[in-house]
This record gives sequence, C-alpha cells and structure tokens, in this order.
Amino acid sequence: MHRLAAIAAILACAAALSPARAENLVLSLSTHRVAVTSSFVGADLVLFGTVEPDAPRAALRNNYDIVATVSGPRATLRTRRKARVLGIWVNVDTREFIRVPSYLAVLSNRPVADITSAETARRMQLGLNQVILTQRIGADFADTVPDDPFRVNYINLKKEAGHYREMSNGVTFLTPTVFRVAIPLPADVVTGGYSVDVKLFADGKLVTRNNTALEVIKTGIEQYVFEASQHHGLVYGIVAAMMALFIGWAGSVVFRRD
Amino acid sequence: MQIYLPIADLPVNIFLVFGMGLTIGFISGMFGIGGGFLMTPLLIFIGISPAVAVASVTSHIAASSFTGAINYWRKRAVDISLALMLLAAGIVGTAAGVWLFTVLRAIDQLDLVIGLSYVTLLTTVGALMINEGVQAELRARRGGPGTLRRPGSHTFVHGLPLKMRFKRSKIYVSVIPVWGIGFMIGFIGAVLGIGGGFLLVPMLIYFLRVPTATVIGTSMVMTLITMTSATVMHAATNHLVDAVLALILMVGGVIGAQFGAHTGQRMRAERLRLLLGLLVFMVGMRFAYELVVQPNELYSIRMVGFD
Repeated sequence: MHRLAAIAAILACAAALSPARAENLVLSLSTHRVAVTSSFVGADLVLFGTVEPDAPRAALRNNYDIVATVSGPRATLRTRRKARVLGIWVNVDTREFIRVPSYLAVLSNRPVADITSAETARRMQLGLNQVILTQRIGADFADTVPDDPFRVNYINLKKEAGHYREMSNGVTFLTPTVFRVAIPLPADVVTGGYSVDVKLFADGKLVTRNNTALEVIKTGIEQYVFEASQHHGLVYGIVAAMMALFIGWAGSVVFRRD
Repeated sequence: MQIYLPIADLPVNIFLVFGMGLTIGFISGMFGIGGGFLMTPLLIFIGISPAVAVASVTSHIAASSFTGAINYWRKRAVDISLALMLLAAGIVGTAAGVWLFTVLRAIDQLDLVIGLSYVTLLTTVGALMINEGVQAELRARRGGPGTLRRPGSHTFVHGLPLKMRFKRSKIYVSVIPVWGIGFMIGFIGAVLGIGGGFLLVPMLIYFLRVPTATVIGTSMVMTLITMTSATVMHAATNHLVDAVLALILMVGGVIGAQFGAHTGQRMRAERLRLLLGLLVFMVGMRFAYELVVQPNELYSIRMVGFD
C-alpha cells in the first residue's frame, strides 16, 4: 500500500514538473557516424524533423521557427595577437579559450533576432555572439563581453576555417511542420562526439526541444597512422625513419646508372 | 586527387605535394643539397602548420640524403671517420634542437624563431655565395685561371689541440671545430627542419679545408644520420611527423633528385654555386618580407589540447 502511494506521488510530481506540451519534435539524422577516410574532403549532413501534435488531433500552429545548434568536441585553443616589435611582427599577447566547442553551427530558418527576443537568445546561447566561450584571463576563468577583441577575432578565424557558422538559411521548412537542417562539416573536422540540439519556437517562445548526436571518426589507414603517432611515438618515429631509408635506398637502386 | 593527411589534419592535393617533392628533389640533386630550407616554407605556404612541416620534412631529407649518400659511397667519396666525428656532436645538437623546438612551441614563439633564423641564415649564406659566384664568373669572363683564392693554409682552427688525422680527406685537424660544426648543424636542422647541407658544405671547405672530392659525400652522410634521428625524436616527443605527407614528398624527391643530378653535372661548379646563392638569398628575402610587412591577420589560433 505504501509502495503504491509512493509511486503515485512520484507520478504526480513528474506530471506537475513537466510542462504541458502541445507539440513534439521528431528528428532523424542522415548519418550518425561520419568516417574520415583518405579521400575525406568534408561532408554535408542532413537532419530531417517534423513537428508532431502531442495528443492526437491536438492543434498545430503554422508559424514555427527552428534553431539547431551543432557543437563538436570541446578543446582548449590559444589565440595569439601579433604586434610590431623592433620592426618585425611578433606574437605579443595570448588568450586561452578553455573547453570551447571545436565546431559550432547555429542554424535557423530565419535570423535568430527575428525568431525570439534578445534576452531569450542570450539565455539559450542562440548564436555565435551569445554562446559562452570561457577564457582564461590571468587567474580567472570567464567569458567576456561579445565585442572583446580576442573573442571577436577568435570567432572570425574559426568562421574563416569553417569551424564556426551561423546560418539563418540553414533550416528549410518543407511543409509548415516538416523541416530539413543542412549541417556542413569542413574537411579538417575534429574527430569525436557532436551534439545536435534542436529548439522549436512559436511566437517568440520556446515550445519544445529535442536533441540527437553524431560521431566523427577516423577510419582505416588514417586512424591507424594517427593512433600510432600519438600513442607509440617512438615506434612510429622509427618506422617513419625506416620508410625514409627504404625509399632512399630504392631510389638509388632504381636509378642506378653504372 | 585529394588525400587526407592524418597528422596535419587537412586534405591536400596528392599531385601538388608530389610535384613539390619532384621540384625540390630536382633542385637538391642539382646542387647536392637536401632542400629542406625550400621544402619547409613551401609546406607552410600550402597551409600545413610550421611545426608539422618542420617535423615531417626531416624524414623527407633523410630519404633524399640516403640516395645521395649511397651514390657517393659507391664512388668512395665519403670520409667516414670525419662523418662519425661530426655526428657524435650532431646527435647532441639534434637533441638540443628538438628540446628548444618543444619549448618555443609552448611559448608561442616557434614561428618567429623559424622566420628570424631563416632570414639571418639564408640572406647571409646567400649573399656570400652570390659574391663568390659573381667573382668566379668575372674571372672566367676575363679568361684568367679559374682557381679559387686560397688564403693562408693555416687559420686559428689549425692551432687547436686534440688533432686527428682524417685519411680519406687527407686532412689533419683538431676535433674541436669538427664537434662545433657538427653540433651546430644538428641543432639548426632540428629547429628549422633543414638538413643543413648548404651550411655544412661551405663550413667544411672553409674551416677544415676538406677537399671537394669528399665534402659533399661526407655532408650527405652527416645529413642522413642527423635527419633520421631528428625524425625519430620529433615523432617521440612532439608527435608531429606526418608519415603520409612525408611518403609522398620523398617519392617525388628521390625521383626529382636523379634528374637534378644529371642536369647539375653538365653545369660549371661556379655557375651552379651562383645560382644556388641566388635561390638561397631569395628565400631569405621572402621570409624577411613576411616578418616586416604587416600581416593580413594579426590573430592566430593554435590548438592546445582536448578535454
């Protein structure tokens, strides 16, 4: 009797906590595993999604907005600034970005500013200017104001490399409730786990969210060579040196003229 | 055809890299040098990080100098005892160079030091070679004897203790300058990703009076062993040797070197040295330009690590 009462209480709590949802997001990624092979030159992934009514015959609206955030493995990156010292250009100042996404794409069907309020965008980190990028500044760890020169230049460099993107045409609605998200991965994509977080907005308010994930892995010879170089450096070096000697020897034999 | 480089982490056109190997190989075969001082900047130019470029080029030079060393060995043009003495200090220099490379990378000044060293070394050596080449050319025009000036056969080098006889080269010198030269070449080679042949050959000629018959072969053996050990050390400490990149480069390089050597043999030694001097000087000026002119992008990013 006690046990039943406890379960009932938990269920009641759960029902009270979860917001009354009117819609569900159903997502399907074209592939969950991207293999970096010797011919890898980047990839374009496609994510399909539909907005489903929570209960049968529940009303659906027709003014949905989607913001999808794809973020790659976290890494620590150092940004350096050059200045002229004694007539030559030297790195004079550095700032470390701690555990920031190595890849970040904010994709939406129209500019985030039109979808929701600036306050919501900031709170939900919708956009490259809104995302939190922790820096080590002296002994402190903090994000700075969006127009901090290191932050601005860091984002610009990552954008140029295709690692960071913000595309207000990255999401296409095929019907008012079916959408497609194009996720471009550059050729020098970092291997590891990527998370895809999709948020559904209507009338500037978050309706629901859902997420999925994908993995970028090196395969075949690339994987083998990379692993060997990182974990068995000495053996790798000896093999590389032997390879050099072999090629050199082969050259002298093949082209021997006497 | 694109191929993905596992350590450099970017795709490159396989024919472009092969072509670079071929071209630099041609130049290296023609002048009897390793060509690292040309290859490393070229790799940086196509987008490979300076650290990976330096580390990978060491194995490329190892391959091309092995081909050269075998050819000179067959002609009995290698002074093995001199090479071994240079190497004893060369290995120590290489280890010190790999250590400095690691430190400079950690404090974000590797690119600067590589740039500055290239400017200083290449412009100086280039200017000296041009000067000598022009004078030789003028002498040849005047129809005078083509002999090089031979300043007093004894310099301060010959006053040093610990003398040793190097039979194949027919010289009797102190091992102190030999060790000094060996250490310097090993050190410079590891930090800058150059074999140092274009520095070693003139040093051996001017300081030790090594005859031209054995100087290139001996220099090749020295380059071969310092670069082979630099490959192993770079791979073991910095994990930056891209074997796929190195393989494409060395296949191109070894082929190119054969054609280069053929062309080089049909040219006069003085003219060859003048051309090499011009080439060395131009590469040095290119680096100077990069250091002095304001770069388009003042900021740069380097990956420190994953969490």
